[in-house]
Amino acid sequence: MAGRIVVPFGPQHPVLPEPIHLDLVLEDERVVEAIPSIGYVHRGLEKLVEKRDFKDFVYIAERICGICSFTHSVGYCKAIEAIMDLQVPERAQYLRTIWSEYSRLHSHLLWLGLYADAMGFENLFMNAWRIRETILDAMEETTGGRVIQGVCKVGGVRRDISDAKLKEMTAKLDSIGGEIEDLCHVFFDDASVKHRSVGVGMLSKEDAHKLGAVGPVAKGSGIALDLRQTGYSAYGSLDFKPIVETGCDCYSRCIVRAKELAQSVDLIKQAAANIPAGDIEVKVKGNPDGEYFSRVEQPRGECIHYVKANGSKNILRERVRTPSSANIPPLVKMLEGCQMADVPVIVLSIDPCIGCAER
Amino acid sequence: MGLFSMTKTVLKSLFKKPATIRYPAEPAKRFEGTRGQMEIDIDKCIFCGLCSKHCPADAITVNKNERTWSINRLWCICCNSCAENCNKDAIYQTNVYHAPIVAGETDVDVYQGKPVEEKPAAAEEKAA
Amino acid sequence: MHKEEQTITEVGVDNLVSEVSKMYDEGYRLVQIGCGKYDDIFEINYSFDKDCKFVNLRLKITEGVVVPSITGVYLCAFIYENEIHDLFGVSIKDIAIDFKGNLIRTSVKNPFNTPTVTKVKAAKPAKSENAAAAGAKPDVKSDAKPDTKPDAEKKKEEA
Ligand code: SF4
Ligand code: SF4
Repeated sequence: MAGRIVVPFGPQHPVLPEPIHLDLVLEDERVVEAIPSIGYVHRGLEKLVEKRDFKDFVYIAERICGICSFTHSVGYCKAIEAIMDLQVPERAQYLRTIWSEYSRLHSHLLWLGLYADAMGFENLFMNAWRIRETILDAMEETTGGRVIQGVCKVGGVRRDISDAKLKEMTAKLDSIGGEIEDLCHVFFDDASVKHRSVGVGMLSKEDAHKLGAVGPVAKGSGIALDLRQTGYSAYGSLDFKPIVETGCDCYSRCIVRAKELAQSVDLIKQAAANIPAGDIEVKVKGNPDGEYFSRVEQPRGECIHYVKANGSKNILRERVRTPSSANIPPLVKMLEGCQMADVPVIVLSIDPCIGCAER
Repeated sequence: MGLFSMTKTVLKSLFKKPATIRYPAEPAKRFEGTRGQMEIDIDKCIFCGLCSKHCPADAITVNKNERTWSINRLWCICCNSCAENCNKDAIYQTNVYHAPIVAGETDVDVYQGKPVEEKPAAAEEKAA
Repeated sequence: MHKEEQTITEVGVDNLVSEVSKMYDEGYRLVQIGCGKYDDIFEINYSFDKDCKFVNLRLKITEGVVVPSITGVYLCAFIYENEIHDLFGVSIKDIAIDFKGNLIRTSVKNPFNTPTVTKVKAAKPAKSENAAAAGAKPDVKSDAKPDTKPDAEKKKEEA
């Protein structure tokens, strides 16, 4: 038996967008065990809630993650609205849906780019990010921010999109639809992509369930877990099916995300076609009193915002469970038995966002 | 085809104009609603301090006695919360980004309000 | 408005693991474990989900009570249990992968268990994690002699 060596991987590594540290126990080139450790970017945002007006905390909740930002604010607002029994106007719900899907598009394009980069496929990376730029432009035009939108507020949204603008946006999506298709085609068929990801980082359906995988990691392992099915925002009135792949490897997770691009485009078009006219916010009176677990589907998977309040303007406790922290145990499982050279690809395949895993 | 899946995109990109902007030779993209930076109309301000109370980043300091309103440009996250909470509509958002701040420069902009009775005299903005 | 049905069942330290095993046998997925401190009571919520049905077990303990780990049932609980231990100082015994307080490295030990940090205003150098959380950076040159009184407690701990 070969001797074991421990290779520290991260927190600073060319392939890692964010600091996670892994101690890889190797036997020759094979990883026998991986021990994760996080904790480099803990910001204590959950504690800050005690010092902020609950309405002002939305902006901080949004900054938990720099990519799922909009969905974080939706999650937080949804929790407060549920506690206070606020009736959010339909139009606001639809707008939230549209922006959520836009952020899914931008997040997945970002991830596909980074994933290509992890495999060393540089021009695919550039290509994905070029498409992402048009999404970000649409975002900036409608919300004012590229990645931190700041348009969600307790009781509704802060900016409206005019119907003319919505038409323009869907037309734009139609025109980049072809580009997205070309991009996905590369991920589906390219020999080098397949070579680097088929059969790599296996996570069986049972393990995914047991280890609590969420989002594309669960969907890539054959679990149809998509919180949008619970019908929050306007998802209840839109037609979609969670995308599930059964390959259980990095390739499946990649395919799930690529297919979700098309799904998001479709959802945005549906929402834009059905959006009702009306108000975009309700007035919020009083303070929240109660508790609620609000669950939203982020680009990376299920996110929980637990809010407990006692009727004062500061909230007692907010607990956020982000999809990345739920996906760390499955990551450890995936890494067992893989080749050292595949580690970057596998780590990236869960779309690790450590900043939000620690908050 | 497995090996040449990028060919179509590559050929297309060859004949397209670049996706990037030659900044600073060309101006950067900016939209009407872009969150650039916060501006204050200091003459409207009554120094009530509501804006600083609602600022999630603690970027604003209001001094009622000295009639100053100051903002830390690096702390401000351009959330627009102060503008929404100001009863006098003194604060507004522009789509111009603040110029980068280099070491040694101050990141706090102080705005001095007019003295209470006097006629327009010293409503200048100056850096601290 | 969309509001999910969410049940919360109280459990005790002694029947926690057996209740969790029951959930496991019924095919529930562990969604999260979250802790909160209200006055002197730690409230730990174990959330489970099955086909979008959301249920919770709630454990209420006081300071010093040792909580059994549920990593024997759901291995993935290790990440949450370590987090609770690091942030609140709740001791949890027999975690399968125990980081012994090193999962989340903070300058203050058990930051969520200390009295709420005072709102640090611009003039004071915001040293602690919690104060810096709003994206505020310590303003180095703005004030040489800040009023440290409200922070005195924290300063001592950091030292
Ligand atoms: S800007 Fe508005 S809210 Fe702020 S102190 Fe002046 S009047 Fe008050
Ligand atoms: S925009 Fe937001 S962060 Fe900036 S000063 Fe106003 S309230 Fe504070």
